[in-house]
Amino acid sequence: MFEGLKKKVEEMRANRPSPEAVKQAISEGQIWKSIFRHGYPDTPRNRIMAVLSNVFLHLHPVKARHSGVKMSYTWCMGGLSFFLFLNLTVTGVLLMFYYRPTAEYAYYDIVALREAVPLGIMRELHRWGAHAMVIAVWLHMFRVFMTGSYKPPREFNWVIGVVLLVLTLLLSFTGYLLPWDQLAMWAITVGTNMARATPFLGFEGPGASMLQVGGVKLVTGGSDIHFALLGGHFVSEATLLRFYVLHCVFIPLTAATLMAVHFWRVRKDGGISGPL
Amino acid sequence: MHFLIHFINALFNPVTYFSASVIGFGAMIHYREKWTEPQFALRILIGVLAVLGLSMFNDHFREISTKPDNVPIFLMVFSVGFFTWLSFRQAVVNDRRLAQGQPPVEKETSDKKVYVWPDLVYVEFIATIVAGVVLMVWSLALHAPLEQAATPAWTPNPSKAPWYFLGLQEMLVYYDPWLAGVVFPSLIIVGLMAIPYIDKNPKGAGYYTFNERKLAIVPFLFGFLILWVTLIFLGTFLRGPGWNFFGPFEDWDPHKVVVLNNINLSEYFWVKFLGMGLPPNPLLRELPGFSLLAFYFIGLPPLLTKKSNFLMGLLERLGVARYAVLMFLALSMAALPIKMVLRWAFNLKYIVSIPEVFFNI
Repeated sequence: MFEGLKKKVEEMRANRPSPEAVKQAISEGQIWKSIFRHGYPDTPRNRIMAVLSNVFLHLHPVKARHSGVKMSYTWCMGGLSFFLFLNLTVTGVLLMFYYRPTAEYAYYDIVALREAVPLGIMRELHRWGAHAMVIAVWLHMFRVFMTGSYKPPREFNWVIGVVLLVLTLLLSFTGYLLPWDQLAMWAITVGTNMARATPFLGFEGPGASMLQVGGVKLVTGGSDIHFALLGGHFVSEATLLRFYVLHCVFIPLTAATLMAVHFWRVRKDGGISGPL
Repeated sequence: MHFLIHFINALFNPVTYFSASVIGFGAMIHYREKWTEPQFALRILIGVLAVLGLSMFNDHFREISTKPDNVPIFLMVFSVGFFTWLSFRQAVVNDRRLAQGQPPVEKETSDKKVYVWPDLVYVEFIATIVAGVVLMVWSLALHAPLEQAATPAWTPNPSKAPWYFLGLQEMLVYYDPWLAGVVFPSLIIVGLMAIPYIDKNPKGAGYYTFNERKLAIVPFLFGFLILWVTLIFLGTFLRGPGWNFFGPFEDWDPHKVVVLNNINLSEYFWVKFLGMGLPPNPLLRELPGFSLLAFYFIGLPPLLTKKSNFLMGLLERLGVARYAVLMFLALSMAALPIKMVLRWAFNLKYIVSIPEVFFNI
């Protein structure tokens, strides 16, 4: 009773299409062509199209100075800073699924990440990636300085870069508190104590005692910039929530926005720098 | 062996550490033709690794340096060292070419444009994979540390800021928090932002060079390598309980007592020099300090400029506004090493001290 079927299979086997034909059928089919609007990028036209028709690749120009794409020149550090930022975004979002920023849970959620996940490395990727990003950003700035790439017309992009450097350090600093262990709490205590001494704005800063109305001090331990930063007189649960929101929402969004400006300006200011 | 360890520990203190790093910096700039030779650099690297390897036999050093959180500091120190070498190597090669009237190496390929796909995309692709693998291996090998749950009831000693702020924490030894923690960091940020607007030298854009940009590179690297990186290293490995200084092989004894007998400038002036009591009026009391600061920031720049042909030429090139900002930033940066020397030489505590309003300099 299977004779007919067997015959059919034999027939199909004899007439099976070559791999090239399958490839062609896919790459010229409607689905493929709706995604990729160009052929394999081995011709000048397709190489241009590969960059222009891809939203991620179009951060790049179509062509770049040969001297500017060499690793000995750029050290790849700007790109690696961005890569590490993406790594931190992805691992950070995954960590947010398991982490509650309250004094009751924060520490034990981290313990659970360590104890309950075999071979779990999300927290490690996040922590070591954060250290690596600080180093990569410094090295990127170092390279840009040593090649004189901040010189006209790129002055303002250097300024944006300095802001991004500060944001990178603030991201790392706010994240430092979140494990809610002794290291976290006391490192942040040491760091934020500085705010108390801010001139005029901190209650232990020079000039703060001059700011008073009718003998009533305006800047006190309960109204100064240190209090605003911590949400209290010392590092507490309110600080944890504040730093969590700054770390997960406010600073990343600001940094991402400025990165867009930074990359766009690289293009608009003439691409990667090179000798005239 | 014990003698050697004690000798090295005794050799290390803030004075020798900082002086040696400044001398090393000077030597690095001066002998750049020599140490940028790959053969010579390799010998330096082997020497550093040998010293590091031998140091690991010391229990205390091994305990501190193998803490997972201190691994990034080694990564930072070695990568900064390597990239300092790489940039100076290319600068020295270019400077030789420029001296012979040839263009820099970068010029040979800078007019040629290549397609980003594949020439740049594959570099990015490989760099991403390498960085990803390194990060994975690092994460599998070393657990992210977790100490005991946070408690305000128990303060660890030493309490250290995150490693990248340890240079600022070291500054606290010499300046009060309002300067070391607020004003100087702000000036660092503003000063970095000001660089492109102060540096009017049109040469050296888009290629590595030292000779064409000495005036820009030396102060920047002094700030980055000496006042930032080496102070982070000091803060991590040589500052122990009570923020006391310890040798690299010295156990961190929390009961170490260091005599602090620091004296304010006002006391030097009124009591020791004039032989009278401190005036009750704080403004009069601190008049010597205020005068000194006014001289440093307002009197010194014109005086130096008048005496020096080099600074005079710089003033003419930059114009008054740029020159004034440059002078202010340079003097602010120099304020840290100057205060260090004053502390070490004269036990000077504060130049101006009005603790009533937290105004101590």
